[in-house]
Amino acid sequence: MDYNHIKSFAKEIRINIINCIGSIGVGHIGGCLSIVDVLAVLYAKQMNIDPKNPKKEGRDRLVCSKGHAGPAVYSALAEKGYFPKSELLTLNQGGTTLPSHCDMHKTIGIDMTAGSLGQGLSCAVGMALGSRIRKDGATIFAIVGDGESQEGQIWEAGMYAAHKKLDNLIAFTDFNHMQIDGTTDEINSLEPLNKKWEAFGWNVYVVDGHDIEAIDKAIDKARAYESKPSMIILDTIKGKGVSIAEQAKVACHSMSLSPEQCEKAISEIRGEL
Amino acid sequence: MKKRLMRDILVDFLRDEMTNGDKVVLVEADLAKCSATIPLMDEFPERALNVGVAEQNMASVAAGLASYGFVPFIHSFAPFATRRICDQAMISIAYSKQNVKIIGSDPGITAELNGGTHMPFEDIAIMRSIPQMVVYEATDNVEFSQALPQILQYDGAVYIRMFRKTPPPIYEEDYKFDLFKATVIKEGRDATIVASGIMVSAALKAREELLKEGIDCEVIASPTIKPLDEKTIIASAKKTRAVVTAENHNIYGGLGSAVAECLSENCPTKLKRVGVKDKFGEVGKAAYLSKVFNLEVSDIISAVKEIL
Repeated sequence: MDYNHIKSFAKEIRINIINCIGSIGVGHIGGCLSIVDVLAVLYAKQMNIDPKNPKKEGRDRLVCSKGHAGPAVYSALAEKGYFPKSELLTLNQGGTTLPSHCDMHKTIGIDMTAGSLGQGLSCAVGMALGSRIRKDGATIFAIVGDGESQEGQIWEAGMYAAHKKLDNLIAFTDFNHMQIDGTTDEINSLEPLNKKWEAFGWNVYVVDGHDIEAIDKAIDKARAYESKPSMIILDTIKGKGVSIAEQAKVACHSMSLSPEQCEKAISEIRGEL
Repeated sequence: MKKRLMRDILVDFLRDEMTNGDKVVLVEADLAKCSATIPLMDEFPERALNVGVAEQNMASVAAGLASYGFVPFIHSFAPFATRRICDQAMISIAYSKQNVKIIGSDPGITAELNGGTHMPFEDIAIMRSIPQMVVYEATDNVEFSQALPQILQYDGAVYIRMFRKTPPPIYEEDYKFDLFKATVIKEGRDATIVASGIMVSAALKAREELLKEGIDCEVIASPTIKPLDEKTIIASAKKTRAVVTAENHNIYGGLGSAVAECLSENCPTKLKRVGVKDKFGEVGKAAYLSKVFNLEVSDIISAVKEIL
């Protein structure tokens, strides 16, 4: 399997994110960049979707439960052709179709509104139950934040998804080990996260969240796994691929980006090509 | 119809829709025995769901089902269907424009022996504050049986404040209900009593007593508190120039507030609110609690006399 086109897709998403957030000069850069590689695998390969028919019946769906990573999802959607890349430059401007947090009624290709943390995984459970009733063969994907996993409702959803044996639900934890006020270990440790999900009755994989091949293979295995929902824990780096963000550590959750910093970040990303 | 438990009207409606339609689903949170929907769990194992004691999950799972084209009905006791899931009702449901119908049972003093933790005098205020949320409080079985199909047909989130047991009958079987209209049950010229839920029956009794003293009250049932049928209420206020509201809820944020807001802006009128005066609930039978919280027929009579 040649993964080069997915790797290129990931680079373009990263560039789109810098242009998108750079257009307004501030945003959730860290948590956008940390999920780029899983988004690239989903949108370039795994998801059964059609940008020309965004509401296609039986399509796979994605809930970005950590709704503040909206710009990353918009960047993937634009790269996939859902809307022109020029729209990315309207992020958070009055009247935009691209608000900071995902809104299914504003943005073509967004399947679920999110932003108040902890609710998206439950919504994905509802969608997986809906798909089961309709027998449409869809897989429901959800991306959950690590800080978000401190919300009790994540575990309510987790318990019920396993109880209902929702093997058409595949969730990811963006485990970048950072949240607004510090590292997750400093604030309220999630460890051992894999054992927690296993104890909740999920099929769990832990992979390098920036290894495109590893993510793809984990999704293949999760799709084939029967009678349990799957949790793929992505070991990620907040701000991945842009050194100014990576070096800012927890401060990159929401940070400003000057035009010069954007230019430098884009050359840095392109330099890896 | 009149003697039936209100919850059985709900169950019949849901069963009928799940048998003959493909839209309605039910999500409960371990109170399916209380709403009497529990047989539906066996009859429709994929479409009647029970998430256990997890109201937040119930609300957001329903939102996910709604995004798939279903019309979920969710149920808990009124405080847990509103106060407990305020953010999920706001964001997963209303902000996301999900067509979910939220049923809160045992409102106000009808929570009886469950007491203060289960006795919501704030649920209408909470739900009224959520943009585009329709707020409906059932009056009696005849009305409720006509309200449910209209609520299903309405494309948007609705809060249904439902009495579980047998409510005092108000309407005859031939009554025709419109979800977005208040009903002038009795016409009068001296004062208007606007009531909802169990207080409609009390308002009608108050009217009878007042008639004996030559005071002729108009009684309006306003089951839909949001959007309020302003036209009917303003027309009555213009006629009588004196309005009393009666509700099984805190006077802050409920029917009394809604009527006061409407009249202050459109037709300033002398007004008194009968309702719970900023208190928490407590245990007791409804007959005792209506005295404790001043929800008696005599409280409505006094209020009318005060503003005449």
